[in-house]
Amino acid sequence: MAIPMTESHRRFLQTMMNGGIMEFSKAKILHRNCCEDQSAHAQLDEFIDVINTQLQPMFMQIRKGMSEDDGLQYYALVNMAETDVTRMSSDYADNELELFRKTMDLIVDSENGTASSTDILNCADSLQTKKMKKKEVEHVLNRLVQDKWLNEKRGDYAMSTRCIIEMEQYIRNVYQDLVKSCYICHSLAFQSQSCENPGCGIKVHLPCVARYFKSHTDPQCPACKDYWPHEIPVFPAQSPSQSTSSKENTAPTPSASHSRRKRK
Amino acid sequence: MQLLRISDAVFRGLLNFRNGERTPNVAMSQKRRKSGMQISQGRNSRISQDQDDESEDRSFTQTSSSQVQRRMERLTVAQVDRKMAEVVQFILIKDQKKVPIKRAEIVKHVMKEYRDVYPEIMKRVTRTFEQVFGLKLVEIDTKNHVYILINKLEPIFGDQVGMGPGNHRTGLLFVILSIIFMKGGVVKESVVWNTLKKLRVEPGEKHEDFGDVKKLVTEEFVRQKNLEYVRIPHTDPVEYEFRWGQRAETEVSKIRMLQFVSELHDQEPQSWTQQYKEATTVEGPSSQR
Repeated sequence: MAIPMTESHRRFLQTMMNGGIMEFSKAKILHRNCCEDQSAHAQLDEFIDVINTQLQPMFMQIRKGMSEDDGLQYYALVNMAETDVTRMSSDYADNELELFRKTMDLIVDSENGTASSTDILNCADSLQTKKMKKKEVEHVLNRLVQDKWLNEKRGDYAMSTRCIIEMEQYIRNVYQDLVKSCYICHSLAFQSQSCENPGCGIKVHLPCVARYFKSHTDPQCPACKDYWPHEIPVFPAQSPSQSTSSKENTAPTPSASHSRRKRK
Repeated sequence: MQLLRISDAVFRGLLNFRNGERTPNVAMSQKRRKSGMQISQGRNSRISQDQDDESEDRSFTQTSSSQVQRRMERLTVAQVDRKMAEVVQFILIKDQKKVPIKRAEIVKHVMKEYRDVYPEIMKRVTRTFEQVFGLKLVEIDTKNHVYILINKLEPIFGDQVGMGPGNHRTGLLFVILSIIFMKGGVVKESVVWNTLKKLRVEPGEKHEDFGDVKKLVTEEFVRQKNLEYVRIPHTDPVEYEFRWGQRAETEVSKIRMLQFVSELHDQEPQSWTQQYKEATTVEGPSSQR
């Protein structure tokens, strides 16, 4: 028998629906605010489980995942009905969706999990559905960023946290062996470092790298023990990548851009 | 009636009005609208843009409930649940843009071959919205069957977490709604623009938060059913007037709005006799419409 939802759950869900994604510490605060009038304080994850049980018939879910940008945990409200880009079809025209798919291709093929605006603009010439002008491409990219499908930093586009959480299954189906999971946290890895040993080649998220090698002076690949040839990024705030609720993260959302750009 | 005197600093406060603890109470104003709804429909010809859809959906409105029941029995629980979920998703996506949803659209894009059990599915959809999402699906136009989703929940007091980028717009909308309300339910557009000018919001200029203010107010707010923007007949040059839209009527609490305005003026809400009367009349159609 499912635990029924209360006003608190509905309130939490409504707020999640507004933004689509929320950082863990903010979700904690929201959870507290929502439950103010209640004596029973469930753990956040249990609280969300109650909502998820009710959301399941609607093929929706609040799912947790790590951001590749700041290494923090986020909750995202995702749609599982069609984990296909077609679910964006009500908002985007066919050629805009094709552009998004091509952008995903570029990101998957890239070494660092980003696609430059120049490359995206170039591939827009080969759109099969309907050609796009340069201005239109820029406009679509802006919308994709606004709608939280892509992130943009200095002309480079990466998949947003919500996009990865929501589309994980789709991406794995479409790209199969082309995408790799992070050796540390086992989620899809795009913005990452990889082992240069040809027999190994594992990928590790930048925030996971930072966490894993934190106290290592002589970093070695966690899989093959080969020398780890990359600069170890530093993240201002660290949150536990796998462990769940109990630890509270009160650090403000940091901007991690400097550290992750250093590596080339 | 007293003029609205709003200083710049107060405007900032107004902007935050709907975000923080002063958010108007939805549930309070909800009941009142029920009876007033149909009356206002006849007047508002702008809504009935797509009458062609009418003949299309007539086919399934004339089925009796026993027929619907019989058809329901042919479907499995899973089929019905699946369809219900699709309709819920469809409405949620539409609602993100705060665009009213037409029954014809639901039928055409989602219901499809389930159209003969439309009433049953919608019953479940409505229940799901209330029980899971805390939202109420309201038919704002019973002739053309147009729905909107309104919030049933009391706002979270002092909640800063849920604030999104849309909040400045909500503040602007709230200012305009309060001007209309305090002026007796309908104002010429020039009154609104003049008041906004005092708050350094110029309809002709691009605003930092609002972009094209005129477009936002006369198009987007109107599309969202927060405002009505109607030409005043027999005016040359052409003049327009603003009223509250149906979403505002259902979602915004007039008494909370009056309380806020009276605090600004440091007076009792009761000193605005007419407004107080309207705000406290819970039952029956509102006198302004």
